[in-house]
Formats: sequence, C-alpha cells, structure tokens
Amino acid sequence: MHAEAVAGVVDRVINRYRRDPTCMLQILREVQEACDWVPPEAIDRMQAMLGVPRTKIEGVAGFYSFIYTEPRGKYRVLFSDNITDRMQGNRALMERLCNNLWVERGKVSEDGLVSVGKTACTGLCDQGPGMLVNNYAIAGLSLERIDEIAELIRNKVPLADWPPAYFKIEDNIRRADILLNADFKPGEALLAARARAPSDGLNSSNMRSWREGLPSGIGGPGATLDEIKRSGLRGRGGAGFTTGLKWEACRNAQLKAGHQRVVVCNADEGEPGTFKDRVLLSKCPDLVFEGMTVAAYAIGATRGFVYLRGEYRYLLDHLNAVLANRRRQNLLGKDICGLPGADFDIEIHVGAGAYVCGEESALIESLEGKRGTPRNRPPFPVTNGYLDQPTIVNNVETFAAAAMIALKGGEWYAGIGTKQSAGTKIISVSGDCERPGIYEYPFGVSIRQVLEDCGATDTQAVQVSGPSGICVAEDEFDRIIGFEDIPTAGAFTIFNKSRDMFEVARNYVHFFQHESCGFCTPCRVGTSLLKNLMDKLHYGSGSPYDFAEIEKLNQLLQSMSHCGLGHTACNPVLDTIAKFRPAYDRRMMQQDFTPAFDLDRELSAARQMTGRDDAGAHLATEHGGQS
Amino acid sequence: MSHTFTLDGKVVPFVDGQTIIQAASAAGVFIPHLCYHPEFKPHGSCKLCTVKVNGRHTASCTMRAAPGMVVESETEEINAERRALTQMLFVEGNHFCPSCEKSGNCQLQATAYHLGMMSAHYDHFFPNRPVDASHPEVLLDFNRCILCSLCVRASRDVDGKNVFGLSGRGIKTHLIVNAKSGQLADTDFTLADKAAQVCPVGVILKKRQGFAVPIGERKYDKAPISETAETTEGH
Repeated sequence: MHAEAVAGVVDRVINRYRRDPTCMLQILREVQEACDWVPPEAIDRMQAMLGVPRTKIEGVAGFYSFIYTEPRGKYRVLFSDNITDRMQGNRALMERLCNNLWVERGKVSEDGLVSVGKTACTGLCDQGPGMLVNNYAIAGLSLERIDEIAELIRNKVPLADWPPAYFKIEDNIRRADILLNADFKPGEALLAARARAPSDGLNSSNMRSWREGLPSGIGGPGATLDEIKRSGLRGRGGAGFTTGLKWEACRNAQLKAGHQRVVVCNADEGEPGTFKDRVLLSKCPDLVFEGMTVAAYAIGATRGFVYLRGEYRYLLDHLNAVLANRRRQNLLGKDICGLPGADFDIEIHVGAGAYVCGEESALIESLEGKRGTPRNRPPFPVTNGYLDQPTIVNNVETFAAAAMIALKGGEWYAGIGTKQSAGTKIISVSGDCERPGIYEYPFGVSIRQVLEDCGATDTQAVQVSGPSGICVAEDEFDRIIGFEDIPTAGAFTIFNKSRDMFEVARNYVHFFQHESCGFCTPCRVGTSLLKNLMDKLHYGSGSPYDFAEIEKLNQLLQSMSHCGLGHTACNPVLDTIAKFRPAYDRRMMQQDFTPAFDLDRELSAARQMTGRDDAGAHLATEHGGQS
Repeated sequence: MSHTFTLDGKVVPFVDGQTIIQAASAAGVFIPHLCYHPEFKPHGSCKLCTVKVNGRHTASCTMRAAPGMVVESETEEINAERRALTQMLFVEGNHFCPSCEKSGNCQLQATAYHLGMMSAHYDHFFPNRPVDASHPEVLLDFNRCILCSLCVRASRDVDGKNVFGLSGRGIKTHLIVNAKSGQLADTDFTLADKAAQVCPVGVILKKRQGFAVPIGERKYDKAPISETAETTEGH
C-alpha cells in the first residue's frame, strides 16, 4: 500500500474517533484491518494527527498480540491453542495447513500471502478446534475444511466471499435458567426500575435527582440500588465482589468538575475454557445492555463501554446494530424511558489479544488507549477509574443478572441459589464429554451433577475456572460451584482418564508466560522460568530438584506479583503435582539433578538448516553405535 | 499531620501522603529498590522494595503509610525473596559485571551485594539485544536494561521529550526510543537530559568516559548501597 493510501486510511479512522488519543488501540486495530498491518507510515500519520509521541504509539502497538508492526500475510491465520484444541488435534491441522500452503509456522509466506501461527484460547472450546482468520472466528475445523481453506487462500478469495457456514458459531445452550431463558423484552427492566421509585420521587425527578437521588435517598436510583443489594448479587467474573457495594461506592464517589461516572462491561473473557460471555452477547445482548443501563441509572453514570475481546470481533457489527436499535427505542441516549436527565450511551471497544486486560484496572488502561498494564491500587476504579473518573467494571453475566433483578426484584433473585451465592451461574463446559456447551444452574450445583448432565464418563479431572482456578480430582466431585466452595468465572474443562495431566499443566504455564504483561519482575521472569522448568520435565530431564524450584517460584509469584495473573500462574502446576503426581514421576528420568541443556536438541536448528533429519543427524544414534 | 508506624520494630514517623519507602528513607532506614527514585512518581514494577504490611506483601514505594501499620522489611524471608528477584533480573538480561563500565556505580550490582547474592542461580536467558551506538555522546546498551522505566519517566516528566518508552509484552518487553529509525541519534536526546542521569544500571552510558574513575574507587566500592545517599549520579 502506498504511503498516500495509508495516510488516507489513517485520516479516515482517526477522524471517526474524533482525533481522540484515548482511542489509540481502536485506531490501530482499524488501520490494520484496512492495511493488513500497521506500517511505519501509519504511525507517522498517527503521531502527527493525534499529537502523541511515537514511543507511545509503538508501545501500545507492541503490547497487543493482534497488532502487527511487521508485515504479516494478507491472510493471518491463528490456530487456537488451548488444551481442548490440542485434545481435538489442532497441531495436526496446523501442520496440514502449513504444508498445504508451503509456509512455516509463525512466519509469513514468501509471497506475503499468508501467515500461520497460534494464539491462546479463542473461546470456541465447545466447537473446537478453532481458528481466527484476520480476527474472524472459524469453529469446528477438520482436515477437509483445512484443505478447503488452503484452497481459498491460495486463490486469494476475499474473506467476505468464504462460505458463510465457516463463520457460523453455535450457542450450544444445553441448560437454560433465569438468564438464558429470560422472558424479557427490551426496556422492561428499565420501566420496572422506574416504577419502583416512589411517585413523589419520580415527579420531582430532574437532572440532579436522577443522578444523585433525592436528598432523602429514596428516589428511583436509590430504589434500584436497594434491589441490587437485596439480591445478594456478586460479580460473575470470578472474584465475587458484592455488586451492590461496588455500585454504591461508585455512586458515592465525589465527582470532580467536568467528570462523569462510567459503566464498563468487561467482555474480555480470556480465561482458557470459558465462552459463556460469548453466548450471552450473541443470544441476549439486549439483556446485557439493559443491565448496563440499569447500572447507569443506579449510580448516575452517563457513559458506558463494552470492552469486547479481540477474538469476538465477529460479534461487533451485530452488537452495534443492537445498540443502534436501542437508541431508536429511547433505551439509550437522552432522557431514557422519558426520565428527564437519564442520559446514557454505550460504546464498544475491541481488545487485541491481551488476556491481562480482563483485570479491571488493566482493562481501563486499555480503554484509555494505553498498554494494558494493571494499575497500582489503591485508588480503586470506583473512585478513580476511566480517565480518573468513578467507574464500575462488571462482567457480562453480572449485568445480565442485574437487568433481571431490576425487572423481578432483589428478593426473587436472592431466593435462587445458595445462602452465600445468590442466583444462577453460567458454566462453559468443554473437554471430554458428549455435550459440551453452555449450562446455566442455580448456584450450589455439584461437579458430579454437571459431569452427569453433559455426558462425561471416565473423568479424571475437571479444571474449574480455567488455569487460574482449581483442578479438581475424582474424590472431590461432590464439591459445589459457589462462593462458599469453588468460585468460578465459568470455565469447566473436563479431562478423562486417557489425558496426561502434566501436559495440561504445561499448556497452561505456556499460556501464562505468553500473557504476562511484563510489568513486574516476579511475573515477567518467573513465568518464563516456570515455563522452562516444565519444558525441562517434558524433555525428560526433570528431577526432584526441579519440583523444589517450582515450589519456590510459586511462593515468589504469589507473594511478590503485581496482579492476579502472577498470583495464580503456578496454580495448575501445584494442583496437578498434588493430585496427579504419577504424571510428573513418569518424567523424572533422574533422581539427581540433570541440566536442562541437551546437546542433541541444540542441534535441531542445524538439522533444520541442512534439511536433514535422519538417524545419523542425531547424537543419540551416534552413541547407539553407528558405524 | 504527623503519625507513626513501626518498621522492623522501630517507630517511624510519617506525614500524610508519604509512602512507606519515603518515610523509611527519611528516618534513615534503607529498603532495597531499583525502579523507585525519590524524584519520580513511583512505578512499583521491580518489586525489590516489597515489605510485609500487617502480614501481607506489598510494594513499599506505592503503598501509602498509615498510622499503626506493622511493617516488616529486613527479615530473612523477605530478603530471600528480594534476592530471587535480583537473580531473575540478572538472568533475564546480559549482565557481565567484570567488564561492564558501570561496575561499582551500578545499583543492580550493589543491590546484589547488599542481599548477599552469590550466584545467578537460574539458567541465563541470553537475550539478543543489539547495542545502539548511533548517538555522538551516549551509548545505549540494552543488554542491561531491567525495565525500571526511570529514563521513560525522567524524559517524559522532567525533560518533556518522551525519548524513551516501553514496547512489547511479557518477557519480550523492551525499551524503545522515539524515532522512526529506532535509533537514539535520531531523537532530540542530549547528555544534559535528566534521563541521561537516572539509569540505575548500565544502559545509558556517556561515551569516552567509561573508566575515568577506576573500578575499585567508585560509588558502591566505597560504601554499600544501604549507606549511600539516594541519588544515582555516579558516573
């Protein structure tokens, strides 16, 4: 692309984003969609038009996996590399595509047509193996489909002309409850919230009273907040903070001049094995947006964001259409539902391949167009969030629940689930079972029940809540999903007895190493050291010494890391060591220490360069008495 | 208003808004650190200054002091963790102290001595980080970068130039300079910049100066880092 054409693209995109540097990531992403990568000329132009230093733009571009400052192929293929994709044979499929297209993994083909690589879990575990082509998701890959895709790429068929069936993503809802089965019409929850306000509260409603509540504190917003508190709703992102308290803290936070309150929907679900937010957004986006609007009403916010993970780019146009429709229905915009001063609108920002942005303060940094590094806390987002304004960040599922609470009341909701965990939980079931997909249960359901319902047999282990969660062995299957026992963001990954739990843990460790933001020393270096140790075991050079090292690293990551990613990075390893020790013992060739260095493995680069991989090119064979 | 907390049993006074490390250093107590510098906004990334506050680990450079806090710093447990972090910084980059012209003036080296680090312990990563010698007065040897971002902050906040920034992610995080070519010579960086003075290791080096002061007679050769004033001019 010529420099002039690039400049034209950049101008168009930047102007659409109001020349706002806080939209830098969105600008980079859209420039890339037009140019296939972000060429230096585009950065020149951004620098001039946004008035920000080049270091800042390159710093942001370099942080996100899906932004390329080196030319990539016209077709950028990324295979999902979660453990479930591996179990479904993604490696062989990737090899097949590489062979078909005569391209080496991770490199760009000589003609610049295509690049093939891997990426973390794409959220398609119930219909894997999955891949992204130019950030559009394709599920259910097979050898046949891979051959077809190779043919399409070779013939330079534009992505828009590929068979639509490829891009069909199933919802696979197997068990629905109050959210997925919601009898809900757009606007109902807002009207119910409005109706809950005392009539004098409504009559005296004006801009101030809508935002701040009546002096007596019993206006519409206050009544809505009370319902949320009464419901006992806790955040569905995994940590389980009480939603009512978070909202109240934000509502009570002082507003500086020119500031406003902000509602953020965290749709950056990146935990390997979870995909329930994908289904909620595809099946009931109105419920989610309505929940955000209820939140805005309750806390007095005027601005809303959905931070949509890059892997769900394919949902963007649909979601924007739903938002446009809501604006037409006066469910967004000015004086929502006829309430004077009830002004709120929602913008969608799309992520670009950084798991750490699911952490709320990193997400806010990313929303501000920066590198997604978790902030120092305190202060917390409820007082100093997006552009230093009071901000609530809640999970997609939390907002969906909030809408239903606004509609049906807090008591109704509190009556579902268990004492400490009110309501339902949507679980993303994948791995070794007959019916992977989405299951919504009232809290308190046992692991065993879920296994039974999804048709899992011969189960060895379940990884609940993804790699940062807990690995549950057979003797623990009567434990329950709930904040009083096993809290979860939703992932439920099943491994039958044929699976090697060491390789499961190793896959997760590679994931954390790749996704560490690199800000703090213990996580940046520690996850790399941990990965090297796991690889050492994989290559058969492990010893008890290495276990001790893993234990020490875990201690350090837990105590010294900056955020939750580092705190939990060792969990899968420690759980599997404790519960599936034989998987590790099998790899311990030595009882004493063995160095990681392996002479034969070091020769692999030489073998590749010479194109020779026969027995004679291996050192071990030589020792074996080659003549 | 003045309050106090205890640090390893010693009563330390502080004023509102002070962080633990600020109050400690005002009271003459040394807490190891690398990315912290009293003249700049705390960053909290190296984690060397981690202490235990009421039993919980936290970075003392970002944590505000509060009345009655019980802070532990010089304990065997915490120093062992700090030592491990220092070792991590050593294996992540390429640090060849004996031949490094920053030797004796280097905070990383001095901190390693302070913590009794006897070996790198972990396997070295040996990253490939080419040197930038383009600038007439200054050499950038990225091999020693510990990503403390002090130069980033100094250039941005004091010099108003934004010469430096961080790019990449995770173990691939790296220092970049503000030029399309990626070369320091193509920026407006000068030796007079504050950013030229703050590097705690040997990344930003003044040319033709290397061994003007012989090794053995340098800052931390004369007194350990725990007893030296809080500045990094050394060279």
